[in-house]
Amino acid sequence: MDKFETITGIAAPMPLVNIDTDMIIPKVFLKTIKRSGLGVNLFDEMRYDREGNEIEDFVLNQPQYRETEILVAGDNFGCGSSREHAPWAIKDFGIRCVIAPSFADIFFNNCFKNGILPIPLPQEQVDILMKDAEKGANARMTVDLEKQEITTSDGEVFPFEVDPFRKHCLLEGLDDIGLTMEKSDAIASFETKAAQARPWV
Amino acid sequence: MSPKTLYDKIWDAHVAHEADDGTCLLYVDRHLVHEVTSPQAFEGLRMAGRPVHAPDKTIAVPDHNVPTTPGREDPANMTEDSAIQVAALDKNAKDFGIHYYPVSDIRQGIVHIVGPEQGWTLPGMTVVCGDSHTATHGAFGALAHGIGTSEVEHVLATQTLIQKKSKNMKVEITGKLRPGVTAKDITLSVIGKTGTAGGTGFVIEYCGEAIRDLSMEGRMTVCNMAIEGGARAGLIAPDETTYEYVKGRPHAPKGAQWEAALEWWKTLYSDDDAHWDEIVTIKGEDIAPVATWGTSPEDVLPITAVVPAPEDFEGGKVDAARRSLEYMGLTPGQKLTDIEIDTVFIGSCTNGRIEDLRAAADIVRGKKIKDGMRAMVVPGSGLVRLQAEEEGLADVFKEAGFEWRLAGCSMCLAMNPDQLSEHERCAATSNRNFEGRQGYKGRTHLVSPAMAAAAAITGKLTDVRDMM
Repeated sequence: MDKFETITGIAAPMPLVNIDTDMIIPKVFLKTIKRSGLGVNLFDEMRYDREGNEIEDFVLNQPQYRETEILVAGDNFGCGSSREHAPWAIKDFGIRCVIAPSFADIFFNNCFKNGILPIPLPQEQVDILMKDAEKGANARMTVDLEKQEITTSDGEVFPFEVDPFRKHCLLEGLDDIGLTMEKSDAIASFETKAAQARPWV
Repeated sequence: MSPKTLYDKIWDAHVAHEADDGTCLLYVDRHLVHEVTSPQAFEGLRMAGRPVHAPDKTIAVPDHNVPTTPGREDPANMTEDSAIQVAALDKNAKDFGIHYYPVSDIRQGIVHIVGPEQGWTLPGMTVVCGDSHTATHGAFGALAHGIGTSEVEHVLATQTLIQKKSKNMKVEITGKLRPGVTAKDITLSVIGKTGTAGGTGFVIEYCGEAIRDLSMEGRMTVCNMAIEGGARAGLIAPDETTYEYVKGRPHAPKGAQWEAALEWWKTLYSDDDAHWDEIVTIKGEDIAPVATWGTSPEDVLPITAVVPAPEDFEGGKVDAARRSLEYMGLTPGQKLTDIEIDTVFIGSCTNGRIEDLRAAADIVRGKKIKDGMRAMVVPGSGLVRLQAEEEGLADVFKEAGFEWRLAGCSMCLAMNPDQLSEHERCAATSNRNFEGRQGYKGRTHLVSPAMAAAAAITGKLTDVRDMM
């Protein structure tokens, strides 16, 4: 997995609440058996018309947001399906961090497996960051995972919380499966115990 | 011992390892796999040279992207991308030695219908699947939730999930339901009250007399949509209704093992003085048949209501409601029962079981669908389909003008050719009314099977109580 340390980049504002995984990546793109190449279809139905032409006023189509690395969004971001194609598309587009008042559970988990940092912050702080993101390309936002701080283009600093284990994995780019396999003795002894307690399983 | 909730008990019985910071390895008893979210996970195993850790606990069935029209056993009758995904699952199931129900098997169907039907899902288990509606299995008192593809690979490789414990929420539906009110109306009404983010960070246990009175089919409908309320999982404590459903299923325990299992299952309930982080109570008699008007499952109202105005809401929901109304082509103040419907879809892991088809057939029997209406029934599994044919339900639907399809997810997520066209308006028994969910610019109203059947007859969203 790619490491996540510090990013300084353009933040795009998407104030809509309940941005769901069908919006992030419509099901027509779930037909792939690969993980890569989905960035071009990120937010496909909001971003392109039926003929495949860009819809001008969609935020990521505007010239100042084409290189977006941080997304500032409304409440309950990523609700809906478990499709990991959603974070795959976000990452493939070049976005490494999403800031919102809250995230749907499965999407939140999926982000960490793909080197994306989702940051939940209180609504009033997200509102300030949204205003900063609305300034466009000249306003660069910084997200420092080590220090757990977001710095706006004006230098205003917002600390954020992150689970220590997930932070460690992101900073080091660690693969979960490898880490779990180090605990294979614990799994084996659980299996022995469970087979006695619940042999019907 | 300190009092525990049902969730606490199942959780404690499955922790294989706990780190100092509370991060746990949760052991997985059943891993369900389908063709859309698994290919990348199997590819990951191959690249790392890893086997499936517990193939006997891993069950695969294609459902999301399969056609529901006859002749689909021949890949030539599938779209190219479907054929590729189904072929990949065929190969992965064979190469890794996991249980498999191919499209040609009568037992094939939607993974969340097949699991319980075959007795794979049992009380007290942990069940995961790369699909958010895994919450369905919570109806058995099993801790069941959706996972992403990286986690699918993690479970295939280690039979565990890295998890932190969620909080406990109790949702109590007291008393009796009124006539015409179903499990679907319960679960939508709960989401209407808590919102789609209300359950975030929680596992919900549904309880109360109205829940106890539900069949297993109804309980599955309730738990299925726990995810739509944002919860990690939904649970209902097992009882005689559960045991009766499970007993005799192909993979349910038998003989002495059944007795041993039953003894443990009977300990699976929330202790009287268990701690709840949140409690929501709804009177069963206050729940009406409902329909959604917007593009989030929380946009739900009794069928007797009118379409709301954006100004009726607060915060970010004002703009979201404005956007939803425009997308749905609705005007504030319009009666829900004046909304004209083009298409009716009966099926999905929410409402594709035999009881759902019976409820719909009871409304349809002896009538015809409205002229110009497109209506389809997609049974949740081959066995549901067979049973419905044996009970004469298939004939009821066909004589009324419904299409009678083969099992699959179909128009619930519309990955296969079953899709809405632009601005086509659908009364659906499925679980999501998101923008574009059932087809580009398609408009979805979520309702119960009986309400969907009523809409097919009248051509409008209809209060099913007027047809009973």
